[in-house]
Amino acid sequence: MKADPKGVLTGSHYLDGDHACCEGALAAGCRFVAGYPITPSTEVVERFSARIPRVGGIFIQMEDELSSSIAILGASWAGVKSMTVTSGPGFSLMMEHIGLAVMLETPCVYVDVQRGGPSTGLPTLPSQADMMQARWGSHGDYEVIAISPSSPQECFDMTIDAFNLSEQYRTPVFLMMDECVGHMTEKVVIPPADKIEVTPRRYTKLPPGKYLPYKPDRDLVPPIVKAGDGYRFHVTGLTHNEKGYPVMSADCQETLVHRLVDKIRVNAKKIIRYEEEKINGADVIVVSYGITARVAQQAIELARKDGVKVGSLRLVVVWPFPEKRIRELAGKTKAFVVPEMNYGQIVFEVERCAAGRAATFLVPHGGGTTHNPEDIYKKIMEAAG
Amino acid sequence: MSRTEIKIGGFGGQGVILTALIIGKAASLFEGRESTMTQSFGPEARGGACSAQIVVSDMKVRYPYVTVPNVLVVMSQEAYTRFEPQLDENGILLIEEDLVKSGPTRGKIRAFSIPATRFAEELGRKIVLNIVMLGFFTSVTKLVDADAVRKAIRDTVPKGTEELNLKAFEKGYEYGLNKLKEEKKKLG
Amino acid sequence: MKKEHPGAPLLRMDRIPHIWCPTCGIGTTLNCLISALSASKLDLDKVSVVSGIGCTGRGAGYIKLDSFHVTHGRAIPFATGLKLANPKLKVIVFSGDGDIIAIGGNHFIHAARRNIDIVVICVNNFNYAMTGGQVGPTTPLTANATTMPFGNYEKPFNLPYLAESSGAVYVTRWTALHIRRLTGAISETLNKKGFSFIEVISPCSTIYARRNKLGDGLSLMKFYHDNSEIKHGANTRDVNIEFQKKIVVGKFVDIEKPTFLEARDEHYRRVLGEKYQPYGGIG
Ligand code: SF4
Repeated sequence: MKADPKGVLTGSHYLDGDHACCEGALAAGCRFVAGYPITPSTEVVERFSARIPRVGGIFIQMEDELSSSIAILGASWAGVKSMTVTSGPGFSLMMEHIGLAVMLETPCVYVDVQRGGPSTGLPTLPSQADMMQARWGSHGDYEVIAISPSSPQECFDMTIDAFNLSEQYRTPVFLMMDECVGHMTEKVVIPPADKIEVTPRRYTKLPPGKYLPYKPDRDLVPPIVKAGDGYRFHVTGLTHNEKGYPVMSADCQETLVHRLVDKIRVNAKKIIRYEEEKINGADVIVVSYGITARVAQQAIELARKDGVKVGSLRLVVVWPFPEKRIRELAGKTKAFVVPEMNYGQIVFEVERCAAGRAATFLVPHGGGTTHNPEDIYKKIMEAAG
Repeated sequence: MSRTEIKIGGFGGQGVILTALIIGKAASLFEGRESTMTQSFGPEARGGACSAQIVVSDMKVRYPYVTVPNVLVVMSQEAYTRFEPQLDENGILLIEEDLVKSGPTRGKIRAFSIPATRFAEELGRKIVLNIVMLGFFTSVTKLVDADAVRKAIRDTVPKGTEELNLKAFEKGYEYGLNKLKEEKKKLG
Repeated sequence: MKKEHPGAPLLRMDRIPHIWCPTCGIGTTLNCLISALSASKLDLDKVSVVSGIGCTGRGAGYIKLDSFHVTHGRAIPFATGLKLANPKLKVIVFSGDGDIIAIGGNHFIHAARRNIDIVVICVNNFNYAMTGGQVGPTTPLTANATTMPFGNYEKPFNLPYLAESSGAVYVTRWTALHIRRLTGAISETLNKKGFSFIEVISPCSTIYARRNKLGDGLSLMKFYHDNSEIKHGANTRDVNIEFQKKIVVGKFVDIEKPTFLEARDEHYRRVLGEKYQPYGGIG
């Protein structure tokens, strides 16, 4: 399906990542945003609140992140594409509703413009320290989809991707930005509406009475309905059967949670996205994501000048993690170097998949600014031996 | 030069960010080059100080921040004191001369000053001081094409103020050209 | 022939028997809601019920309408999203005092302040029953609770007063004994625009009454009968509840005020004129 031109600001713009994310949401057809101000994400909702009365839709500034993170679920069940936007402390408050979104299989987008933590941390400065929280932050077992943009243009493009994936898999999708991409201004090209693909909601074709809210299609995703269409359906955060009714049993838990997890795992091949460069024959592969991938590129070029064979694997979709690819590469390269703006998160995934067949080096950074490319360069040289 | 780093410093209300935005936009949208603009949101953005940075490049900008500016534009004493030591020793220093008392220059730094506030006042709006500085920047550094900057000004400033801003731009631009001539004479 | 429950068309009969104890007031309240809905002229396909967590929170699971059983305390913000995204829906929150007023208290006052067009039915049983009888924001002074084993010393909220001062346009209180009046009140709110609040004082014979030695279901009803005092228009300031003292019931507030969406619409029409794109939901 093509984008609704009403929300598409076609043209070349000079925008920061936050503003670009808002435009991406509008282009994707998002017509409901609930949010609570928090640096460095606030510009997204500021722009949305200014744009939406002229596009047609709703913005509401809720009383906190708890309410924002569930108001968007209510809106989604009314059939409207919805999003909330936050940063560290707010993201922590949203965790319970990420679980609810997973459990109710509600399409929606959560944007986290990462800043330094823990706690209030560095409100105006970047980090990438919420990557594991995005994966594991809510209680219980589940899988999510998380995307990591590295420029304002990608903030635009990938917000659309996030909405599309959330519709395709009936799941919350995270756009894991950071303060650096959020506040950096670059050229953003917004294509005409008829060049933007948007995934429509997967509404059931069955009539009321025949429809079961959690009976999955072949790809393990159940078709959806919306409130007001006569289905008189029930959804609950309790463990439930295909009818959506609570069933407190180990069997039902197994069926449901297994499917929720498999829904992403089985389709992972279609969801995973990464960009490789000069991987073949590389002695060292730098695995990076988000803004750090750009900074790492500079380090990679320095090392290449010194004659080191360095490849780059940039994770575009971070969750689900490209396990298979890392396993393959572990047999071919000497070492992985993983720079990230935290003290070690995605590096553990790389290490797990490398399983001792390639050395894994972390280039940690506490956040507050990006890495100095020099530090990544040094680690590449060390890894190259 | 494939990567040029520019830093602009002043205090809040002078239009520091807007100036950076216009430079970045001129390069990115009207010249077909790449540029990345960042602003200080950190604690240094408090207390009235304000700064913005632009990286202009013919290739994709990777590292987004400015570390050793090739051009420094200062519109406050504080910005001068704070950022001058960071300036590349082959760099260009542009000074608002009524607001900044500068010391001797280091290395091969070329310094140029302009009474931008006075010029802006003569044009009737002190607020266009930043655009006078922008004109000055454009002619002295030649980093960004003047027509691209003019387009970016039209595209950025509030409706109805385009003519005033363009006048301010030309004022600074002309003054810069003269300064370059003076420099040439001096160097023989 | 087996006689069908009169509420059957609006009950998920495939989920009956329900989990509520005999003589509990929650089922009675749900019945009143169902009667009011059945008698109303609303298109019931366009009615949604949202519940949080707790004994009352199970309400959404039994009513045969679009129904949502969400997280603890957050039924109101879910309902807010649902209603604003599709203004054609009638959205009813059906939940307990702990859910709506303690963990969800902040959402309650803000939804009332914004005058979000929803009906909030709050079943007040004076304690956290599902978790075994802990003290709540409505537990009367001196009443016993598992986490107030020597009697409650925390002053409870007076819910009608809280609702009115937060901005609710319709505020009423009944007990589970006042079936007709409660049904009538719900009917009124179904046709009312804005944030409507219905407090239902409800017997929890299994937990609260037992712990406080208040007798069985019948004696609880008798207590309501003997101690309820109907005072329409009473000043909500004066309707706080003391342990085993009289309960003032009635309709306290019924006013008109622009809802969130009406205020937004009116405002944007004025300031944006032609450029404003009114929003009426999708589908
Ligand atoms: S525990 Fe109390 S509130 Fe819960 S169902 Fe039983 S009587 Fe009702």
